[in-house]
Amino acid sequence: MESPTITASRSVSRRGEKRFHVEISKTGGGEVVAQGLPAWLSTLSAGPASARGPESASPQPPTRAAPNTAQTCRHLHSKVSQALRDGRVSATELCRKCIDQIQRTHYLNAFITITGETAMEQAQRADNRIRTGKPLGPLDGIPFSVKDNFCTENIKTTCASKMLKGYVPPFSATVVQKLLDQGAVLVGKTNLDEFAMGAGSTDGVFGPVRNPWSYTTLYREQSTEDPDSDWAISGGSSGGSAAAVAALSSFLALGSDTGGSTRNPGSLCGVVALKPTYGLLSRHGLIPLVNSMDVPGIMTRSVHDAATVLRILQGRDERDSTTVQAPSTPPSLPEHFDIRDICVGIPKEYHAPGLSTDTLAQWSRVAAMFEQAGARVQEVSLPHTQHSIVCYHVLCCCEVASNMARFDGLEYGHRSTIDSSTDAMYATTRHEGFNNVVRRRILSGNYFLLKSNYERYFVKAQQMRRLITEDLKNVFRSGIDVLLTPTTLSDAARYTDFIQEDNRTRSAQEDVFTQPVNMAGLPAVTVPTALSRRGLPISLQLIGQTLQDWKLLTVAHWMEQQVNFPMIHLHGDSDERKLDRSVRERTHTIGS
Amino acid sequence: KSPETFLFFIMIPYTGEFLSMVGVVGLEVHAQIQSTSKLFSGSHVRFLAPPNSLVSHFDASLPGTLPVLNRRCVEAAVLTGLALNCTINRKSLFDRKHYFYADMPAGYQITQQRVPIAVNGMLVYSHFEGRRRNQVVTKSVKIKQIQLEQDSGKSLHDDEQSQTLIDLNRAGVGLMELVMEPEMCCGEEAAAAVRELQLILQALGTCQANMAEGQLRVDANVSVHRPGEPLGVRTEVKNINSVRHLAKAIDYEIQRQMEVLQSAGKVLNETRAFDSKSGNTIPMRDKEGLQDYRFMPEPNLPPLFVYESKASVPAGVDPAQVVVIDRLSAQLPELPSVKRTRLVETYGILQEHSFTLVNEDGLMDYFENVVQTTKAEPRKVIGWVIKELMGNLNSQNLKVSQSPISPCALAELINLAESGHISSSTAKQVFQEMWKAPEKTVGQIVKEQDLWMINDKEELQKICRRIVDSHPEEVNPNCIKALILASETFITQ
Repeated sequence: MESPTITASRSVSRRGEKRFHVEISKTGGGEVVAQGLPAWLSTLSAGPASARGPESASPQPPTRAAPNTAQTCRHLHSKVSQALRDGRVSATELCRKCIDQIQRTHYLNAFITITGETAMEQAQRADNRIRTGKPLGPLDGIPFSVKDNFCTENIKTTCASKMLKGYVPPFSATVVQKLLDQGAVLVGKTNLDEFAMGAGSTDGVFGPVRNPWSYTTLYREQSTEDPDSDWAISGGSSGGSAAAVAALSSFLALGSDTGGSTRNPGSLCGVVALKPTYGLLSRHGLIPLVNSMDVPGIMTRSVHDAATVLRILQGRDERDSTTVQAPSTPPSLPEHFDIRDICVGIPKEYHAPGLSTDTLAQWSRVAAMFEQAGARVQEVSLPHTQHSIVCYHVLCCCEVASNMARFDGLEYGHRSTIDSSTDAMYATTRHEGFNNVVRRRILSGNYFLLKSNYERYFVKAQQMRRLITEDLKNVFRSGIDVLLTPTTLSDAARYTDFIQEDNRTRSAQEDVFTQPVNMAGLPAVTVPTALSRRGLPISLQLIGQTLQDWKLLTVAHWMEQQVNFPMIHLHGDSDERKLDRSVRERTHTIGS
Repeated sequence: KSPETFLFFIMIPYTGEFLSMVGVVGLEVHAQIQSTSKLFSGSHVRFLAPPNSLVSHFDASLPGTLPVLNRRCVEAAVLTGLALNCTINRKSLFDRKHYFYADMPAGYQITQQRVPIAVNGMLVYSHFEGRRRNQVVTKSVKIKQIQLEQDSGKSLHDDEQSQTLIDLNRAGVGLMELVMEPEMCCGEEAAAAVRELQLILQALGTCQANMAEGQLRVDANVSVHRPGEPLGVRTEVKNINSVRHLAKAIDYEIQRQMEVLQSAGKVLNETRAFDSKSGNTIPMRDKEGLQDYRFMPEPNLPPLFVYESKASVPAGVDPAQVVVIDRLSAQLPELPSVKRTRLVETYGILQEHSFTLVNEDGLMDYFENVVQTTKAEPRKVIGWVIKELMGNLNSQNLKVSQSPISPCALAELINLAESGHISSSTAKQVFQEMWKAPEKTVGQIVKEQDLWMINDKEELQKICRRIVDSHPEEVNPNCIKALILASETFITQ
């Protein structure tokens, strides 16, 4: 493709290469050891090792970033589950390590609840099964964490809101239950923006989540400030889950994705984050934000792992009438697949104002990789995309107004002590229970839904939603297999910069590349490609056709192999760091 | 001057200009669907269960729960729609209707505001006119729509301790809301329409339709106007718990509105409650003026599809798991109006009697049972059933199923009378004895009380003679003459 984007990419990516070398020299090259975990445990990973060795037949990437790291990454494919079965590690050992890691990285504020005791019991049972040669599946004994807006039986589920502080659901979300049924070990519930409304994981009652990459040697050495004042946001709203996977406290995590809430933090924290096709995964037990767009998201450290988890979680659930039958999927992603059969679309409208040069460079670099490997790369147009974010906000507020109506303090959750009348109790309960962000969305949503406004806002937004969906359908109908786009405008913002703007503004900026996919219900995955100058991850998004999640992951896997994203190495002294209490206990930081 | 003329002159100045005002009545009926579980959850549906014992996570609106549509409820609505000559929408939609109320835990009700399951139906009903109220007049009212929706829970207000207790057993039970167009003119018509609807729902088995138990709840929209002019301002009358009260409430409300207009007042658009003690309607506490329900499509339920026939079910969909209209049409039972026609035609009974037979639960079966086991003409049987049986049942407030006399026993009694073994007046006497002693057979009672008819003239004369002889003081020649004459007439009968 002879476009200026690609030309630009080559020069920039060469600079990126240098930065990589810097990173590698800090991590010492060779085998990367992450907080006491052997590297082969850093990913569930998968696939026969032979297919992915350095001598792999896959085309050489145009720019070989950090050969040492590449080597390391390519050696990461021993499956953890295989290690478990071989007895090289026990589930209890693995669980203990993850819980230790959660505690060591406590300052990230990624977790709201740590389920150490029950996790160890689960791990013990997994060990018994594995010892007797009867593991439940590839996830038996694998530690995972769950965003705290998924219901977990007998485990607190707060949505990072005062409204649900201390709420203990009597049932587990279908996706959580499926993981538990596979023997996976739940180590904790992760932090988020209150009721998943946000793009920074900065607006929850438990305080903001910190990006683990701002505690790497590379970031810290560039910073002149104290680690408690200069750190990057994790992205949101599933920031806790992304940070947990990135900081190696969990092998996989569940997030939720309504407008990008899984992909955005996945991108900023440098993990693989999959937003499956709407309806492929059950929403039963996911406390809703926007029912018509919410999907459980999967966060892992490799595309293979995401595929493994998707295979387990997908499929019809009789408790969620919007779920569909999953297409039949092979046991694992194909190792040999010809990228020349793939047509990659580059939507020109994604050259949005505010797109950072680093991100643009990565976008161009990877597009060039596809092209050089023989894939067809072609510019496409999604003319209605520019209106998507506005419509998304109208629809989001409407459903929020409706979904939040149940929080009245009667059946569960926070209840105000003001009880002069039922109405007074409702009003004060809701005022005390919700933060400003939630309250504003409720107010806007109720305004949009008024009889006199319904046609002007809700109906118009729905019409636009259909046009946006049609745009995407047309592109795929024209022969495109996947779209390649940035996931976010730039790498993660510094927290102190991020909170200069309110939640509404930040959501509009942060979700710009991610939410059209939710409007259309399509699958999308973000894959980290490189580190920015600041040492923070930059990721790209691949968008697939409805129910073509497997094909999407196949392409993402290919891309992942080419880009050689480095392993994280947390700065040495961070182990002893204690979380600043003032940060942890701050509640509504924005606009209160 | 005759009294009538006098009355005429008096009336003109007072009501002359209002003579032409008429009432206009439309009904909104909420029928609780007869189903073992709720509309969107697996909780059981039972009347008078301990409070909050039938509440699923969804019913309590726990966050993260989702509605799952109960097929049985859809089938009930389709059956009802078919029986009421509705068009069944092949695709219908669910909406959320928002309002805060303690017994509506989600803060919204799932209903069908935009596209309901059935539309454009017709309910044919009859009532009686004429001095003896035996003239059957048949009318019809349009059914605008039937929509599926959730019932609310119940609030119990404890004024003394100033607290409200919530029972969610009813929350989420399936309702069919039937909207009848304002085409009725008085309480009697509305009552007849609702009575007919009850019979249809009961025949279908889609609703038990007991108003006192709240399975059928009827709100009346009442206004008055002069024919040809736009409809007047309407009020909504609620809190009506029987068909009889419905008629009373509507008639009171029509009268009240006419009087308001008569005294140059204005009818307010308000909700009024019927007070069964006084027979009045009184304004209900206003729910903060006008409500904006902020309707929104229910995003968790895909469109509801029903299919014409098995053949029209798309590939990949299990026909056993969807609602097929043909299959339901074939299940439609004999509806009340058909039953009545059949009764009149088959048995030659009066039309008004066919109404009694069909209106009383179980009475038609009882009647047909008796007819089948007796040689008597159905027209004779109907007399027994309507006068004797119903008379006794009504006076003791019993249902047909509680009758101490079985159809067989009654048939036996009628047979005895028919064959001349007992007289018809004796038969009535025996009937009362049977009522008191259901364990005895007809034969036993007749024998014990020695009620067999005596046909032997000599024996009768002997009896008479014996009586006369044993009562010499009372005997008076005229009495004896009369007695003998009577016995002779009786015997020759």
